[in-house]
Amino acid sequence: MDDQQTGRPAPFAWPDADVSSVPYGVYTDRDLYALEQERIFRGPTWNFLGLEAEIPNPGDFKTTFVGDAPIILVRDADGAVNAMVNRCAHKGALVCFKPRGNVRELTCVYHNWVYDLAGNLTGVAFKRGVGGKGGLRDDFDQKDHGLQRLRVDIHRGLVFGTFSAAMPAFADYIGAELIASIDRVLIKPLRVLGYHSQILPNNWKLYAENNKDSYHASLLHLFHNTFGVVRPTMGGGIKLSDSGWHHLSYTQREALADDHIGKEKVRSMSESYKLRDSTMMQHTLELGDLVTNSIQTVFPTLVVQQILNALAVRQLIPRGVDRSELIWTVLGFEDDDADMAELRLKVNNLVGPAGLISMEDGCVGGWVQRAAKADPTARSIMPMGGRGIEPSQGSRVTEAAVRGFWKGWRECMGI
Amino acid sequence: MHGNLTVSHDLDADLVLRARVEALCAAYAHVIDDDRLEELPALFTDDALYRVQTRENHELGLPLALMYCDGSAMLADRVTAMRTANIFEPHVYCHSTSALRILRREGAGWRARSNFSIIRTMSDGESMVFACGKYLDLIVEVDGALRFRERVAILDLRRVDTLLVIPV
Repeated sequence: MDDQQTGRPAPFAWPDADVSSVPYGVYTDRDLYALEQERIFRGPTWNFLGLEAEIPNPGDFKTTFVGDAPIILVRDADGAVNAMVNRCAHKGALVCFKPRGNVRELTCVYHNWVYDLAGNLTGVAFKRGVGGKGGLRDDFDQKDHGLQRLRVDIHRGLVFGTFSAAMPAFADYIGAELIASIDRVLIKPLRVLGYHSQILPNNWKLYAENNKDSYHASLLHLFHNTFGVVRPTMGGGIKLSDSGWHHLSYTQREALADDHIGKEKVRSMSESYKLRDSTMMQHTLELGDLVTNSIQTVFPTLVVQQILNALAVRQLIPRGVDRSELIWTVLGFEDDDADMAELRLKVNNLVGPAGLISMEDGCVGGWVQRAAKADPTARSIMPMGGRGIEPSQGSRVTEAAVRGFWKGWRECMGI
Repeated sequence: MHGNLTVSHDLDADLVLRARVEALCAAYAHVIDDDRLEELPALFTDDALYRVQTRENHELGLPLALMYCDGSAMLADRVTAMRTANIFEPHVYCHSTSALRILRREGAGWRARSNFSIIRTMSDGESMVFACGKYLDLIVEVDGALRFRERVAILDLRRVDTLLVIPV
């Protein structure tokens, strides 16, 4: 297929009409990785940048990434949240090289070019030269040399940015049903309890798929079954946005059906192991329903997580074709009392890089990566629950949401 | 910020105490490095606090920990989970600990600080520096033996490579 946007040939053609199998080359091809930067991360997507709660005061900034692009997220003097590419318009140096801070203006230290908190170039060192010699030509217009801006949209304290001028609002991007599921979790002003970061030895898409793969949860993450936490027979299901790009997978406490998992010889079944201290499994029902687990993805790289009382957003950043970074921003609510604050810290033993029910996701993508690189034309298959993105109320034994990811990927990539 | 200004120089001269604290710290490292993790909880008091936290969270004053065990039973549960449930590629740690100082008395115990580095070797034989940082300890004497009442491992790293399953 010809590349319609640039005229370059696409690195490869998708082998099928549907998205029920994926050639391994998508995880290893460097040209595709470069094209993803243009067509996905700088394309028609809303990307998570941070939380309003991280930059509460004028001048507060944090740095982050959209794909490979370094980003500054900053609150300006008027209280507005702005996002700019963290790259000086002069020589391209990082303007902010610290992860966070508070500034009156943004100064590139290389040649002392100065920007305001909206990214406008306000000062150039030795603009008039020295002693009447050197300096800028008269036809240099500072207005043309600001930092590259991203459009920003904020929902329930989550800040998103896009490079695309044509994008609909964030709420329209993910649709009313998935907006409602974010609103279900982020019911009050948020407090950041801390950060985790984890290097995944795999292409970013393997973790993006993993989050949409509700099929693996009770099979790979044996802590669930070993200690009797969540079983696939619990109530719940998955929902996909109309586009298929975004999804929600949830589990709820009601409808504990008869337990047939033992009959299927799932290797994790064991009643003999008990926790000596099960405090971390306690669940205070704080969201007005019986949902115990809610994993929601926003294409391409955000996860909004509720696991019992462990709330977090996970931001996936590609770090090369075979490496990615997962940043967990772990949340509570501003009005958490001391007991709830303590409970959240304990429940967070379940998640994160050392999470008792999440650590396996750190390594399993690497196992695919290592095995996949030998043959880019061989394929993985995703046959569970159909071939398309049909929803699956009542069952998480489906790969529909993973197929939805690939639908989104293909639509962005034009492949 | 860790009490260095209130160091008791008398404790620097207490070589017997220092030898006992060093032995406890070495026992901790050896139990982990030799994969005898079932013996780890016994180095802690029943009501011990064990936390592994990044320096980033620690210095921002954020409470989140990578591992947070409130009581040695939770630490024992971590070991049980690792043995029975969690899936990961086999690997071992080699701890190097150094720069031990007993900072001050606190209640019936002692505050101590030491540095560590951990080299992780995977089952394919490849080694890498997995983590370095400092231990902030509260050590007490129980029935004539020293135990950790608190051990907080502060990791300089922000990015955990792949996963963290073995206590630091």
